[in-house]
Amino acid sequence: MMNPDYPQTLAAQSVALTEGQFSSVELTQHYLERINRLDAQFNSFITVCPDFAIAQAAEADRRRAAGENGPLLGIPYANKDIFCTKGIKTTCASRMLAEWQAPYDATVVERLHAAGMVMLGKTNMDEFAMGSSNETSWFGPARNPWDTNRVPGGSSGGSAAAVAARLAPVATGTDTGGSIRQPAALCGVTGLKPTYGRVSRWGMIAFASSLDQGGPMGLSAEDVALMLNAMTGADRRDATSIERAPEDFMADLNKPLTGLKVGVPTEFMDAGLSPAIRACVDFAAATLKQLGATIKEVSLPNAGVAVPAYYVVASAEASSNLSRYDGVRFGHRCENPVDLADLYSRSRGEGFGDEVKRRILVGTYVLSAGYYDAWYRKAQQLRRLIQQDYVAAFIDVDLLLGPTTPNTAFALGENIADPLTMYLSDIYTTGVNLAGLPGLSMPGGFVDGLPVGLQLIGNYFDERRVLQVAHQFQQHTDWHCRVPVAAE
Amino acid sequence: MSLSTADLLRVACLARLKIADHEVDTYAAQLSGILTHFSLIGEVNTDAIIPLAHAIETIGQLREDVVSEDVDRDQLQAGAPLVEDGYFLVPRVIE
Repeated sequence: MMNPDYPQTLAAQSVALTEGQFSSVELTQHYLERINRLDAQFNSFITVCPDFAIAQAAEADRRRAAGENGPLLGIPYANKDIFCTKGIKTTCASRMLAEWQAPYDATVVERLHAAGMVMLGKTNMDEFAMGSSNETSWFGPARNPWDTNRVPGGSSGGSAAAVAARLAPVATGTDTGGSIRQPAALCGVTGLKPTYGRVSRWGMIAFASSLDQGGPMGLSAEDVALMLNAMTGADRRDATSIERAPEDFMADLNKPLTGLKVGVPTEFMDAGLSPAIRACVDFAAATLKQLGATIKEVSLPNAGVAVPAYYVVASAEASSNLSRYDGVRFGHRCENPVDLADLYSRSRGEGFGDEVKRRILVGTYVLSAGYYDAWYRKAQQLRRLIQQDYVAAFIDVDLLLGPTTPNTAFALGENIADPLTMYLSDIYTTGVNLAGLPGLSMPGGFVDGLPVGLQLIGNYFDERRVLQVAHQFQQHTDWHCRVPVAAE
Repeated sequence: MSLSTADLLRVACLARLKIADHEVDTYAAQLSGILTHFSLIGEVNTDAIIPLAHAIETIGQLREDVVSEDVDRDQLQAGAPLVEDGYFLVPRVIE
């Protein structure tokens, strides 16, 4: 049973901590007890760090006793195992880094801990964030709390499963082609990929640097906004992070939607989409209309090539980024190398799993002499066309609404032998990364007991509006409040 | 779009990635399937379209060129598989 003494959302916990209803140490112990009791069935954590968490919680309680307050002070969270953490293993779910400890904290981790958050542990994910099912993890797949025979999505599958199972109120995620939004959709939680450059990538292990973006996952848009407030901001250690005036992402949550113009991309609603999910999108559009928005169809003519353009660009960048794993400076090293070339190729061959190897091979191929123009350069040209489609759509509308995924959570093992089918499930999410836009997934219904994700795509730096629309929708629906039976 | 075993081994060599003998055919077949689907991108006319490397093209911030933090060599090398006297050890390169 859920302990009724502890509210589930970050926002409610924050109020309760301020009022002294319980301490951060008590709240942290509550989650550690739940993880200990329940996570064997979800495998959502790679590492749990109870001593570290209790020490952080005690420090948060001391800060509060000294008169400090803040919305995140003393709130536990689950941290995707792609963010470097000093003193706690950072594995990226790979054999390559299975025992690695980072010598520093990622900027995101520094900021969350400065705000007083308490790290419960590091969550499971697809190896090096490459996957859409969490099945490529060296530590075994995480499982979907709504049906443990199904995948939680990926790559931030452990974070989504942990939040859905109430093993943490909120979690960090990263999203290169849908890795926050897709697992949020399949597990029935809310997750936001911010505009590229909002959140520092320093200390966030690189997959595809022009696409990677960290973001928050939680039970509501309000919780996501609260966490985002602490995650964003320029960082001199990440030259692609963007200097902007500080913003309060909570500021617009309670504003009405009167006059809002919402576009529904026709290409997202075609034959590839499950009819039951299409009905959920239609219902959401009708709900937003009742709340004062106008709905119109828009077109993203190049949406059909987003998946191949994305996989060419992302694999190319990955093949370059992952060249750092050479068996010399950190990570796995093979036994008894006969020479340097053997050391490199066997250490990498042993340290990387199948999906990571496939991406490195695809990336190396599309960048190799004679193929660059036809593949990599071509994909970058398509990237501009895809971006232009979104820019044109935002001339007419404020925000886009559509599905996050074409289907609900699939069975473990169903797609793992067929990488191409797995890639094609990213059809609605990858274009957003190519264009660098903010995108959010939130619960929008259930089909056969499995959650459906709705995707909201905003214009550049318009996270406030995305969160406002999500929050208003959540004030009039209760799908985000449902709890999987396995988590009770 | 078909990738031969020889093509696959050439790419694996470029990537310094050992592929086990019994897996070479599987990888070649999977990559062929993936690249066949990806060749869809060739059907879109992109004449005169400037490639886009980065969605936010204005970024790239400069800062003063000053020392910003100390690097603790021992700490950075703590995760290395084999070090001696502050050096990373690799198999002998020059006889």
